[in-house]
This record gives sequence, C-alpha cells and structure tokens, in this order.
Amino acid sequence: MDLFNAIIQVLDSTIRLSVPLLLACLAGLYSERAGVFDIGLEGKMLVGAFAGAAAASVFHSALIGLGMAILISVAFAMIHGFASITHRGNQIVSGVAINFIAAGSTIMLGQAWFSQGGRTPALAPGERFEAINWPGAEALRAVPILGPIYAELISGHSILVYLAFLIVPFTWWVLFRTRFGLRLRAVGENPAAVDTAGISVAWLRYRALICTGVLTGIAGAYLSMVQNGGFVKDMTAGKGYIALAALIFAKWKPVNAMFACLLFGFLDALSIRLQGTPLPVIGKVPVQFMQALPYVLTVILLAGFIGKAIPPRAGGVPYVKER
Amino acid sequence: MSTPYAKLPAWADYGLIPVINLAVAFIVAGFVVMLVGENPFRAAVILVEGAFGRGSGIAFTLFYATTFIFSGLSVAVAAHCGLFNIGGEGQGYIAGLGIGIVCLAFDSVLPWWLTFPIAIVASAAMGALWALIPAYLQAKRGSHIVITTIMFNFIAASVMVYALVGFLKPPSSMAPQTRTFLDGAQLPKLNWVIELFGAKIRSAPLNICFLLALVMAFLVWLLIWRTRLGYEMRTYGHSPKAARYAGISETRIIIIAMMISGALAGMMALNPTMGDQHNVALDFVSGAGFVGIAVALMGRLHPVGIVLAAILFGMLYQGGAELAFEMPAISRDMIVIIQGLVILFAGALEHMFRPYVQALFASFSPRSVGIEAAKGKGA
Amino acid sequence: MAQAAIELIGINKSFGAVRANRDINLEIARGTIHGIVGENGAGKSTLMSILYGFYQADSGEIRVGGKPASIKTPNDAIGLGIGMVHQHFMLVDNFSVLENVILGAESDALLKKSIAKARSELERLEREYGLEVDPDAIIEELPVGLQQRVEILKALYRGAEILILDEPTGVLTPAEADHLFRILKQLKEQGKTVVLITHKLREIMAITDKVSVMRQGTMVATRVTKETTVGELAELMVGRRVLLRVEKGEAEAGAVKLAVKNLTVKDQRGVTMVDDISFDLRAGEIVGIAGVAGNGQSELLEAISGIRRAVSGSVMLDGKPIDLTGAADPGELRDRGLAHVPEDRHHVGLVLAFEENENSILGYHDDERYLRGPFLDIDAIRNDAKDKITKYDIRPADCRLKTANFSGGNQQKIVLAREMEQDPGVLIVGQPTRGVDVGAIEFIHKRLIAMRDQGKAVLVVSVELDEIRSLSDRILVMFAGRIVGERGPEATEGELGLLMAGVEQREAAE
Repeated sequence: MDLFNAIIQVLDSTIRLSVPLLLACLAGLYSERAGVFDIGLEGKMLVGAFAGAAAASVFHSALIGLGMAILISVAFAMIHGFASITHRGNQIVSGVAINFIAAGSTIMLGQAWFSQGGRTPALAPGERFEAINWPGAEALRAVPILGPIYAELISGHSILVYLAFLIVPFTWWVLFRTRFGLRLRAVGENPAAVDTAGISVAWLRYRALICTGVLTGIAGAYLSMVQNGGFVKDMTAGKGYIALAALIFAKWKPVNAMFACLLFGFLDALSIRLQGTPLPVIGKVPVQFMQALPYVLTVILLAGFIGKAIPPRAGGVPYVKER
Repeated sequence: MSTPYAKLPAWADYGLIPVINLAVAFIVAGFVVMLVGENPFRAAVILVEGAFGRGSGIAFTLFYATTFIFSGLSVAVAAHCGLFNIGGEGQGYIAGLGIGIVCLAFDSVLPWWLTFPIAIVASAAMGALWALIPAYLQAKRGSHIVITTIMFNFIAASVMVYALVGFLKPPSSMAPQTRTFLDGAQLPKLNWVIELFGAKIRSAPLNICFLLALVMAFLVWLLIWRTRLGYEMRTYGHSPKAARYAGISETRIIIIAMMISGALAGMMALNPTMGDQHNVALDFVSGAGFVGIAVALMGRLHPVGIVLAAILFGMLYQGGAELAFEMPAISRDMIVIIQGLVILFAGALEHMFRPYVQALFASFSPRSVGIEAAKGKGA
Repeated sequence: MAQAAIELIGINKSFGAVRANRDINLEIARGTIHGIVGENGAGKSTLMSILYGFYQADSGEIRVGGKPASIKTPNDAIGLGIGMVHQHFMLVDNFSVLENVILGAESDALLKKSIAKARSELERLEREYGLEVDPDAIIEELPVGLQQRVEILKALYRGAEILILDEPTGVLTPAEADHLFRILKQLKEQGKTVVLITHKLREIMAITDKVSVMRQGTMVATRVTKETTVGELAELMVGRRVLLRVEKGEAEAGAVKLAVKNLTVKDQRGVTMVDDISFDLRAGEIVGIAGVAGNGQSELLEAISGIRRAVSGSVMLDGKPIDLTGAADPGELRDRGLAHVPEDRHHVGLVLAFEENENSILGYHDDERYLRGPFLDIDAIRNDAKDKITKYDIRPADCRLKTANFSGGNQQKIVLAREMEQDPGVLIVGQPTRGVDVGAIEFIHKRLIAMRDQGKAVLVVSVELDEIRSLSDRILVMFAGRIVGERGPEATEGELGLLMAGVEQREAAE
C-alpha cells in the first residue's frame, strides 16, 4: 500500500510539474507550426509569471493577474513578431534577446516596485488560483485504489491545470478542424502557397504568435499563482527549453505534446522522489541523470535514431517573395 | 535578403549602423530606468564612473571583459562558418570539469606556469568535445545545431552538478564546489599594470587570462583571415554551394569550426576559476556564454570589435554593480536587460535602420549608394 | 475571334537594374489557348505573375473582359476569375488534396462544410474535365503529374475562367504531358481561356491557337499558330543578335581528354535530367552544347565537374575514370586538370561578399603557391590577383574591392581568369557570357579560342545559339536530357532551332 501511495504521489506531482511544460509546449506549437521558431518561450513565461503575480497582488484578484500575465506575454510575442516577421530578423537571435530582456526586467522591476529582492509579495488566498475539490473527493478517499486516484489525481487541482489539459484537444481541434488551423499549418509548411492563395503570410504568423503569447502567459501565471504563491526570480528555470524539447519530442502534434510533457514531468517528479533512495536492481540513480534525461532523449530523437522529427518545413526562414 | 551587399561605405556599415543600433538599445534602457523612477542620465554617469573612474573599477571591467572576449570569439568563429553556436554556456561549464581535475591534481606539485598550460589544453579540449557531438549531428544527420547545443547546455549543467557533488568536492564539505586551489593553480594578477598608471587598487581579480584572451583574439583573426582553414570556413559560411564547388568538405568544415568554437568557449572557464575564485563552483559561468552572443553581434564578428564590445559589456557589469549600489531601485539585472536590448537591436533588428541610413546617404551623394546599380546596367 | 479575355497594355516591370518586362502589349481572346514562348529569363513568368497580382507592374494597364482591372494581390486576380498553375507548385506537401484545394477558399471558419463542399465540387470537375485524383491523397505521395492536376483543380475550384500555366510540362513525362493537353483542350471546349507559358515549341504547335514570343523582356511577335512554323518561332525566340564573329582557324583535334559514357543524372526531385549521354571531348577543340535552358545542360555540367552525383555512367579524364556516382570531389578534379566555370557565378563560382583577390583563389586555395604552411600567403594571392586583373582587364583594377561591387562582365572575368590561368587540360564553361556586356563577350570568346589553340579541350554550354555557333568546332544539341544531334559549326540557326525544339527527334521516332 505504501508503494501504491508513493506511485499516486509521484503521479500527482507529475501532473503539477507537467502543466507549465504543457502550456509552454502548446504555445511553441502554435508559433513553430506557423513557421516561426521560438526559443523565447522561457522569457515569455517568465514575464507572464511576473506580471501575473504582480498584478494579482496589487489588484487583489487572481483573474486580473491572469489577464495581465497574458497581456504582457503577448506583448513580448509581438516584439518577436516585429523582429522576425516584419523585419525578417534572425528568429533565434530575437528569441535569445527576449529571454535576456525578460530575465533582467522581471527582477529589476520586481525589486523596484516591491523591494523584496526580486520577489513579488506572497499572494493571499483570493489572489491565487486555489485547488478545486471535486464533489465527494474526501468521502471517496477511503475507497481502495479508485478513491485516492479520484481524490489525488483527478480532484484537487487548480482551474489552470484543467484548463491546460483542455487546451490539448482544443488545440488539436483548432489545428485540424478550423480554417485558421488549416492556414496556420500551411504557412509553416509553404508560405508561398498561402501567399498565392491570397492570404497574408505576415498577419497569419502574427496571429499564431498571439496564441503563443496567450499560452505562455497562462503558463507563467500557473508558475507564480498556482505552483508558487508569488514570483521568484528566474522561476522558469529552463522550463521553456524543456518545453521546446518536448515539442520536438512530440513531433509538433498536440496530443503527443501532452504525453511528452507528462513524460518529462514524470521524470522530474521521479527524480525528486528518488533523491537518495536506491532502486532495486539499478541501485542509486543520480538525480542529475534523471534531470538530463529529457534533453538526452531529445538529442537522440533529433539525431534520427528513434523515429524522425521533421519540423515544419518553412520553420526559421523569414518569408521573402521570391523573384 | 534583398540587398545584403555593400550599398553603404564600409565605415557606415561597420561603424555607423552598429552605433545607431547600440544607441537605440541604450535609449530603450533609459526608458526602463525612468520606469523605476530614476534619472537615466545620472545612471549613465554612475555607470561609466563605476567602470572607469577608479583603478579597481578598470581592473574589474577588464576582468569581466576577459570572459566575454572568449565567449564572443567562440560565437564569432562558428558564425563565420554559418553556424549558430548557442552552446557556449555549456561548453564553458563542462570545461570547468577539465580545469578542476587538472588543478586538483597538479596544484600541489607544479608551479602555476606549468599548471596553466595544462589547464588551458584541458579546458579547450573539454569545450571542443562538448561541441563535437552537436557538430557531428548537424553535419551528418542534419540535426538543427541551435536546438542540440541548447540541449547540451542543460546536459552539461547536470553533468557538472553530478561531478561537483560526486567527486570534485571534498568529502567533508557540503558546498558543491572544489576545495580552494593551492598556489600552483592560482593565476597571477595583472593589477600592477593599472597601478603603473598611478591608480591604486586594493583587490581586483584581473589576471593573466586577460592577456590570453587578447592572444586568442589575435589568433582568431589570424585563423579567419589568414589561414586556409579560415578561408574555407568563410566560404562555407557565405555560400555552401560555392564551398561545394571549391571542393570543401561540408562535414569536415562544420566539425572543425564547431570544435574551435567550443574550445574558445571552454577557455572562458579559466578566468573565473583559476583567475578569481580559485575553485570550480556550481554555476560559475553564470550566463557568460550567452553574453558572447551579444558581444559577437555587437563586434560584428571581428576580433577587434569583439574585444571592444567585451570591454563595453565588462563596463556594464562593473558599472552596473556600482549603479545597483548607488541607486537602490536599479539592480544589477539592469545589465541583463541592456544585453537583451543590444542583442535585439544589433542582432534581430540589425537591418531596421539600414533603409533610412541608405536613404540619407542617397540624398547626400547618389553615387556612393548607386554604384552597384549603375554598374549592373553598364554590364 | 471572340472578345478579349485579357488585355495587357504597356506593362513595365523592373527588379532593381534589371528590366524584366518592357512595354508589353498582349491580347488574349476568350475561349482560346494562347501560348507565350521565350527563353528562360525572357520575362514570361514575371508578366504572368503581374497578371496574377503576385507582383505589381511599374506602369501599364490590365483589362479583364474589356474592363480595366486593378490587380494588387492574388485575391484580386482570383476574384476576376484568373487562376494560375505555378511552375513550382504552390502546394502544401503534407496536406491532402482536399485541404490544398480549399486553402484560402474556405467557405467558413470551420472546415467541415468547406471539405464537404469541395468533395462534391471535385467530383463534378472530375466528371466534366476528366481531372481524376483521390481527394484524400497526401500531396507528397502523388506523382508530379497528379500534383499538377491538383493545382488546376485549385484554380477551377475558385471559379477560374482564365487559367495560366507556367511551364507546365517541365516536370511531366511525355504521357503525362499528353494527358494534360487533353485536359486543356477540354477546358477550352467548356469556354475557358488558357494561357500556356513554355519554352517548348512542340507544345505550342500541338495545342495553341495563337502564340506570342518574348525575348529579353519584350514582346517580339504574336502569330496564329496554324500560320507559323517551329523554325520561325525558334528564330524569333533566339533573335538575330549582332555578333562580333571571332576569327579562328581550323581546329586540330588531338587525343580524347574527356570521355563521357552513358551518363545519367537526376535532380533533387528524382526527375531524370541527363538521360544516358555519351560524347568525347578532344584536346584542341571546342565542343558546344546547345539547347533551350532546362534540358539537362546544367545537371550535365555539375555532374562532370563533381558537384552533383550521377546515377549511372562513367566519365574518363585523360583515360582515367572519375567516380561520379560516389562522392566525387571537385578539388580532386581540379588537381587532375579539369577547370570549371559554373553557370551560376553569383552563388557557385564566386562568394560575392569576398574581396576580389579572395575569389581569385576559390577552389585553388589549397595550392602551394597561395600558402605558407597553413597560412594564406596574402602577398602571393594579391599579386597573383593583380596579374590576372591586368591580363584580363578586370575593372575596377582593385583586388581589395568586394566582388559584389563588380559588374556582371567583370565578375565573369574574375572567374574565367581564375580557371584559365591554372592551365587546365580541360575547361568546362557554363553560360560564358550570360549577363556580360558586348565588349567583354568578345574578350571572353577570344580567350576561349586561345585556350583551344593551346591544345586544351573546351566544353561550352550556352543557351545563346549564336555563341555556340561562333565558338564551337562541333555542336551537340541537347533536348530533354538527351543529345539529339551533332552538327558542325556551319549548321544554320534554323536547323539547330529545330533540333533544340526536339522536332527531329520526334519525327525520327515516328
């Protein structure tokens, strides 16, 4: 029974840890599917986290916090668009710039406004998204097997967690069942085809980046308003890059993205859980090995040794009408 | 790109446009300063005084610049071959492993001037090795080098934590860092050079790595513009098709360029470890690898420009520290913002002001911009 | 003739210094198939892109159905019932046929209705025009002929009354091309107007009602197809250029320097571009390869010079084989005395961002003369470049100037000087005078003949028929990847033109 409880706990933290990855990964999916590489997910998440926590604590409202997180994150996405779509700048360079600006400005503004060493004030109950307990969760907890699964895994998360997992089928639906999705996928594969069909390549890509900004904003809000009761400097801690790795791992598909993020989240949860505990047969697994595993897996995938990750064909290339 | 080539005189291309880009970056940074309620002009004065006002300020500025010269050169070498090495951070970090092992092994038996060359080789070798796998995967399997080098940054971080906690730290210690190096692995300081000019310095970490950095800048210049290998790298960087025509092996040139780039990134680890802290600690690179991107872009991939840009960033780091001290509303993270803005305006938005500058030149002297068009017609 | 579907009046378009279209007038009658012929670069595609709203004309007027039309975007063109099948298909490769057809023409924000509508519409079009294609197939899994059919369907689905096809048969097998022509005739019978852009005269003769000829950005002539001949069109296309004939003596052909046997080369799409070609090149002769651009000449050159892998066949250089199917190395070929002036000097033959002297060693940068150990011997390189500048009269005479700042003719001289001064046994030259001014043309021709007189073997590929005739001791004509004939330098333009149009080959086959 101890083992069962341990598994439930690991799975529970898997969910919690994979949510920001999932949101950021889906964010990247919109932009990369439209042919714009985005290594600035990290930075956009970070400004989202900061703006969310800051606004929530100032206005005493979790919803205003969330709105502000989205707004600022979208603004940063628009900078990326301005550089890489309008001015056809290097998308990687632009992404790097955004990560720097985000890292610096969140701490500096945080310090200037709240004077808590770059933190935002701890959020009070109404200022953060609380866990939602599903009906009967407590009553059913005692039921063997199913009870803890219901009470721990399904119930007891914040609204943003459910939202993140709902966005997976929603994204699938948008991509494959709507006009916008069709065009978005097309512009990432062959922008010239979109252009000759009479659709603006630039506007389409900007809209994709808006979607990216919205999702990184929610991801950031989750970090600072759910996982943590406030903003802490550099709290994304490379999650934007793991999300990028997950996106490659998922081969740019929404449902795959969910599984990839759950896998990476699981590795994270496991490494926390196993800290110092020896495993049967294998012995003690270094925590660092588990932490590096997502990256190692992604490199192996990129090398084409396990399946082939084919990125959207027009990715990374600014669209120039050919002569 | 529609008009990538010389439509402007060289001085405008290499001087005026970078200066405009830099100026815009600083103007935007000035707005950020205003946003936190401080006077940007006063901030600028404090920053410059902090960096150059006193002897130790200069020494600190040059100390920071040392690391940035290495990382800037690293980015530039890869860029000349058309490759974006975003993995300098990891290559530099993993080089700390080589340096740590060498120093721990030899600091009690060898003098510094023997340990240092061994450590240089070890750091360069580790950095090159860490760049080799992404390079190979790019050349042979077409794996995007930007993504693989990012992944290798994180893998390096895990390896280093493992190494530091696992065997580099003394068993009795809790801190994830090596023991302090003995004299045999402590590099001599260069502060006396600045004291020659009459300045007084209490303690500053400027050390002979600065000279090594200048030597490497010269060697990189030699490599890129004066060797056959550099010629081949530039050819491939400008036009893979022309390289193919010229009989240059794609695989070979990618791997060599990345390994040199990785070696330079590796060598940046010497400065903070053997030169300053006298140990290898967790996160000792602290973003210097990424600063290299800004430095290389700002320096237009030329070693002279890179040295100047590195000193500029060294100034920001040192002056930024003073600034944080003088103006409580501004923290040292201001420099991170400025770096980001420099990368944005000198890198991603590099060409934003070019049409305006061109139009300006055209209105003054139509000939200087019209040269190509006029000749094209004559042909 | 019926009322005009399209009238173009005084169309001008420049790209920088290049005038792609000058003062073009054209009238296309409704319900006809109108051909537009011309060599590559004559401005046909630009003209049609203007009509389709992909580019904007600098000046001029477009009338559609007699009314002045303002076509600023492809959307405007689509709205006016103009559809275009591009040379490079504008398809999303990993989309299904249906998805490609509805892209940009969706009926509402959700796809379900659009797809259902497109499915029934495709069924109708299939019935009416014989345009069969599986609506759920993925594009990249379809053969090119069917991909093209999807492009046509896309245009018809958008209600195109006027259909422009840009070089539609370039990627098709003869059988696929025949099928396409049947479809086009059917479209005509249904009252649609078809504009066919091509450089293949056989196609023009086979299916058009009228044909307009373009040359160097101008509209040279319009003929009723029945009243013209392939010979006349070929002449109009190529034009009678004023050529400064270079004096040359009889060739004294010596030993075989380069022997090409059964060479077959495919391009990156897997289309066979060079089809089982064999020929010999001897010392002391210039062999010219004539042909309309796009008939495999480029691929042939690239294969011989080691840049592109061949599928099969062999090439012997001085009696020793070159491994062309494996990893051939252009550097090794240079060492063995094969020099190559590539067709595309901007991206292949030169690095435009380099200084002139740096380009003057490209490919020979590992030659001892230019090196001191691992270092470049800058003085030697610059002196060598200065010598070449003097010898080849390259202007401006500044070896430190960026190559992009030289004119086309001088850039070509930089390449020629580099390759010729290595004293190669075999010289392969692609388009020796493309984009080169008249003065430089004469200079380059003289140099090539001087090479021959020194006993070198020279292979020249050019789309300029005059150039081929003036330089060559023997002329090989390429058509559809094959050598369809060999003639002496005395062959007439008309005779060569027919060969280039593939006419004789067809007659011989029948």
